[in-house]
Amino acid sequence: MTSLPSHPSDRKLGLVIDLDICVGCHACAVNCKEWNAGGHMAPLTDYEAWGDSPSGVWFNRVHSFEAGEGANGRTVHFPKSCLHCEQPACVTVCPTGASFKRAEDGIVLVNEDLCIGCKLCSWACPYGAREFDEDVGVMKKCTLCIDRIYNENLEEVERVPACVSTCPVGARHFGDLGDPKSEVSKLVAERAGYDLMPELGYKPTNKYLPPRTGRAQAGCTGAPAKPLTEHPVDSTGNKLLRWLDRALSR
Amino acid sequence: MSDRRYIAEPQAAPKVRADEQAIDLSPIVHDQVATTTCYMCACRCGIKVHLQDGRIRYIEGNRDHPVNKGVLCAKGSAGIMTQYSPARLRKPMKRVGERGKGEFQEIEWDEALQLATEWLGKIRATDPRKLAFFTGRDQSQALTGWWAAQFGTPNYAAHGGFCSVNMAAAGLYTIGGSFWEFGEPDWERTRYFLMFGVAEDHGSNPIKIGLGQLKNRPADNRAKFVSINPVRTGYSAIADEWIGITPGTDGLFVLALVHELLKADRIDLDFLVRYTNAPWLVVDAPGTAGHGLFARDDAGNPLCVEASGTIRNALEAGVTPRLIGDITLPDGRTARPVFELMAARYLDESYAPERVAEQCGIPAATIRRIAAELAEAAFEHAIEIPVAWTDWAGRRHDTIIGRPVSMHAMRGVSAHSNGFQTCRAIHLLQMLLGSIDCPGGFRYKPPFPKSAPPPAKPAAQVGPMHALHGLPLGFPTAPEDLLIDPNGAPHRIDKAFSWEAPMAVHGLMHMVIHNAWAGDPYPIDTLFFYMANMAWNSAMNAPDAMRMMSDKDESDRYKIPHIIYADAYFSEMVAFADLVFPDTTYLERWDCISLLDRPISDPDAAADAIRRPVIQPDRDVRPFQDVLLDLGARLKLPGMIDGHGKALYPGGLKDYIVWHERRPGIGMLSGWRGHDEDKQGTGEPNRRQLDRYVENGCFWRGEIPEKARFHRFANRDFFEWAIPRGFLDKPQQIVLQLYSEPLRKFQLAAEGHGTRQPPDHLRARVKQGFDPLPSWYPPFGAAADSEGYVLHAITQRPMHMYHSWGGQNAWLRQIQARNPLFIARKLGERLGLSDGDWVWIESPHGQVKAEIKQMEGVNQDTVWTWNAIGKRAGAWNLSATAPESAKGFLLNHVISELLPPQPDGHRYANIDPVTGQAAWYDLKVRLRKCAPEEAGETAPTFDVLETGLPKPGDDLAYGAEFRAHRLETGRGRA
Repeated sequence: MTSLPSHPSDRKLGLVIDLDICVGCHACAVNCKEWNAGGHMAPLTDYEAWGDSPSGVWFNRVHSFEAGEGANGRTVHFPKSCLHCEQPACVTVCPTGASFKRAEDGIVLVNEDLCIGCKLCSWACPYGAREFDEDVGVMKKCTLCIDRIYNENLEEVERVPACVSTCPVGARHFGDLGDPKSEVSKLVAERAGYDLMPELGYKPTNKYLPPRTGRAQAGCTGAPAKPLTEHPVDSTGNKLLRWLDRALSR
Repeated sequence: MSDRRYIAEPQAAPKVRADEQAIDLSPIVHDQVATTTCYMCACRCGIKVHLQDGRIRYIEGNRDHPVNKGVLCAKGSAGIMTQYSPARLRKPMKRVGERGKGEFQEIEWDEALQLATEWLGKIRATDPRKLAFFTGRDQSQALTGWWAAQFGTPNYAAHGGFCSVNMAAAGLYTIGGSFWEFGEPDWERTRYFLMFGVAEDHGSNPIKIGLGQLKNRPADNRAKFVSINPVRTGYSAIADEWIGITPGTDGLFVLALVHELLKADRIDLDFLVRYTNAPWLVVDAPGTAGHGLFARDDAGNPLCVEASGTIRNALEAGVTPRLIGDITLPDGRTARPVFELMAARYLDESYAPERVAEQCGIPAATIRRIAAELAEAAFEHAIEIPVAWTDWAGRRHDTIIGRPVSMHAMRGVSAHSNGFQTCRAIHLLQMLLGSIDCPGGFRYKPPFPKSAPPPAKPAAQVGPMHALHGLPLGFPTAPEDLLIDPNGAPHRIDKAFSWEAPMAVHGLMHMVIHNAWAGDPYPIDTLFFYMANMAWNSAMNAPDAMRMMSDKDESDRYKIPHIIYADAYFSEMVAFADLVFPDTTYLERWDCISLLDRPISDPDAAADAIRRPVIQPDRDVRPFQDVLLDLGARLKLPGMIDGHGKALYPGGLKDYIVWHERRPGIGMLSGWRGHDEDKQGTGEPNRRQLDRYVENGCFWRGEIPEKARFHRFANRDFFEWAIPRGFLDKPQQIVLQLYSEPLRKFQLAAEGHGTRQPPDHLRARVKQGFDPLPSWYPPFGAAADSEGYVLHAITQRPMHMYHSWGGQNAWLRQIQARNPLFIARKLGERLGLSDGDWVWIESPHGQVKAEIKQMEGVNQDTVWTWNAIGKRAGAWNLSATAPESAKGFLLNHVISELLPPQPDGHRYANIDPVTGQAAWYDLKVRLRKCAPEEAGETAPTFDVLETGLPKPGDDLAYGAEFRAHRLETGRGRA
């Protein structure tokens, strides 16, 4: 079994994902795929790529489902990748030390040289975030783009995970969730960001921002708009007369 | 932590020290990075392509690019897999087997070009219209349309007739612009956004960026997003309110909103008087040829009447027109203002929310509430920005007033037989709210607005060896502009600009195969397609399209004698070609996203862009545009050869982009023109122009001065900016056309006036369709109710796919490789259908088999599926038993290009009667559960297509080489 860092730093790098604006376009998933296909854990093998059951290794997947009934329900697009838990069972369960959590930033990684492909970690992860590469025989997973976020060969603004940099709606945020003053922490506080399945106690670092509700019946201010009232009609009953004396010049 | 679920108790096990693996945090990313423009869909985002040893390491959005501002969608991010697709064609091919079988012989380019030159040369020398050249999802229409004109055939169009011509035409005839490429919501300022239907790949990244912004506004500047769409997926999923409207009733819903706003007098009267034709006088002389036309003075100016009874030129500045009341014209006829006609029409109780609620599937209270919310946003949250500007009459204004309500619509509204009028209704609503080209409203993108409609007319064939006197597509404004002969027969093979589709401003690609096969209105010789999968998802009625292309006459000759096709991939269409020109991929060629074509501008700037080769082809392929120019030179087409008969553009499109001038000083690109490279829009060709584009990230963006950014239909500052750039001809107000006189002129002809009148069988359709005021009528497909075809059936584009291209992509097909038929859960309960059941989807035209999936967020009377997932077995070099062909299906199979026969046997085309837009969203169906032995696979299926291309391996480890390279060079992990 593998232990967690005995002296973790306060830094907890992770993602904040805004479910209020995610349209389920899969941009994050595919951009992640292309970056990481040639990245730190390359390749992300695909099986039967042009065959009958196409599948493969993806570090980030978007799940779509509906909640509630009929028009009152909601369609939810739910992107999911490794949550870089504070208490990652996938690490502690690892018999070889391949799975590890970095002390300096909390990123959970797999050292492929030590991985024996036993898949205990994928059994231990309740979020289904681990991806076994059958071809190579090792477990792979989201690295939080560790080969981007500190990469001095990239411009500073590019040093964020690929999924964050590509997201067209801006539903993905990256930062230090260990720092209450960070932008991501403030966002989580403002928008009541939540943990995925907190009852399990893994303390995921990534947070989700819930969909905003209660706006369907309201106008642009968030409060109901005043109903329109019919313009008074005079005794002739001619509704057009209201505009008879309106003199406007062009 | 008692609830922690360890597989084993950690303390009990021997500990392995967490190996803080040595990680190279700064690995090399590329040895070269190149900017260019994406072509994974129609959006045309800027991209940065990272290359390592000539292979693509990574593609990302270009942060500086005006379209996508650095983001990139799933399609764009999957470009690597399309670049390396095993479906890529390798060499020119000549058909050796029967059409449709896919049996080809690879030939050399010289032979291919000689063959095409021979076929086309004969046509040009005899009857140029016998070449029908249609170019699908072409992003080089400024070239291809011009090429057709130089060849001399009027038979040219791209795929707009299939896609969204209703939207484009209605907008251009009404407000001199439209949505998407013509304009967009003022995302930063709008307070209320109505989205009608949507094709989620059109303007997709800009819309996503905009929606994200809009939804995250601070509490004191909130905006509401309302989605009107039968299906709650994609953008609708994040709408503040989703309205699951019944397909084809959007126009009725909009006119009910108009009714409510008029009833409460919550309209922007000032805007209507200043900027629309609301005050213009319409002649009321029933039964005469002038009835319903504008009253005009001798100079042709429209007239209005002031309160005093004085009749004035309605275009004059300072007139104070009356909006209500009859007036007797000097010639004794009666006339009344457009406004009165409009108000009387929509105040009618037939537009009351209660009356339309059931048809639209929207409660009356909801319609009333939306109307109130629109009025609230427009009038109680009006915006005034302190930017001084000068109006068309030279009057200075200190501020600009904005009505922060915006709208967007695309194919969901467009692809109905009442789509043109529905789109007009949306523009009417915008005009009433005063929310056109103002802060917070809809905003034009340059070169729009243009006059409503733009001045160009469609050009007719001149004769053998002659170019057209204009471009094949244009904007008719009266029956005289139609391309018909004296007995009414259409000039064009697709019958565009005939009485069947008078304002077919994008042509009717969907009718070409049928008409060419039927020899109606005349037989043709060569069908030349580019990037259009006409044997599959780009055809309504794909099985018949295939049959027609393979059909032979009594003497065993194909009814369509020659078919030439150009594409980069082995699509379903390739199999039907006699001659195949293999194209390059988008990363292997020069291209030009021109303002003469489909602009990529934004509301604050004009913009255009290029593509450039970032990798070299490893196959014997050529860019289609180069091939076209080469063919043009071989055919000695005007504009493509010099005085000595030599090719003018020996370097292909790259030369053409730089040196071709459409008019003096106006060429394909607007940026860095002139000897000093400092001219925008117009200026002498600059031989270094492409270098400047490349240095600038492969795009150019020229900002509009702040004072010229709003009310551009009436903004002199804008005219002064636009005219020298060639976007406008004259500094004249563009009056928005609430009442459309061109429509009325066609309607008059249908009522029996004039020398050019529709044939009797089309009179009623023309009369109904060409209402000069926005109108609604039930989609023609609705006629099928009586036989139990009561369910509306529509398709949606998955955001991660672009037509059939997406399905060949090894990554994108992992997201989706098959498509079920989605139905409302309650409908499923009623019909006894549950998830995983298979059904026959039956229409009057045919049947197709699909798997059922129930959902909540769909209109109760609507079934739908994802389009273009289904494939013909073997096509695109996928496995012959791939899910795309075994389980995926096309709804196209049950949509006919013709409506069911009338009692007299006549079959109308399945189109909008104004524009000829393919009405494929009109489809109505019934469902029949499959017998158990029928379940599990789709039908109809077709012979397996043998592409003859090398079969790809099973597994794919793309990217391993980059890691290996880092290790070799010591830039990988220790």
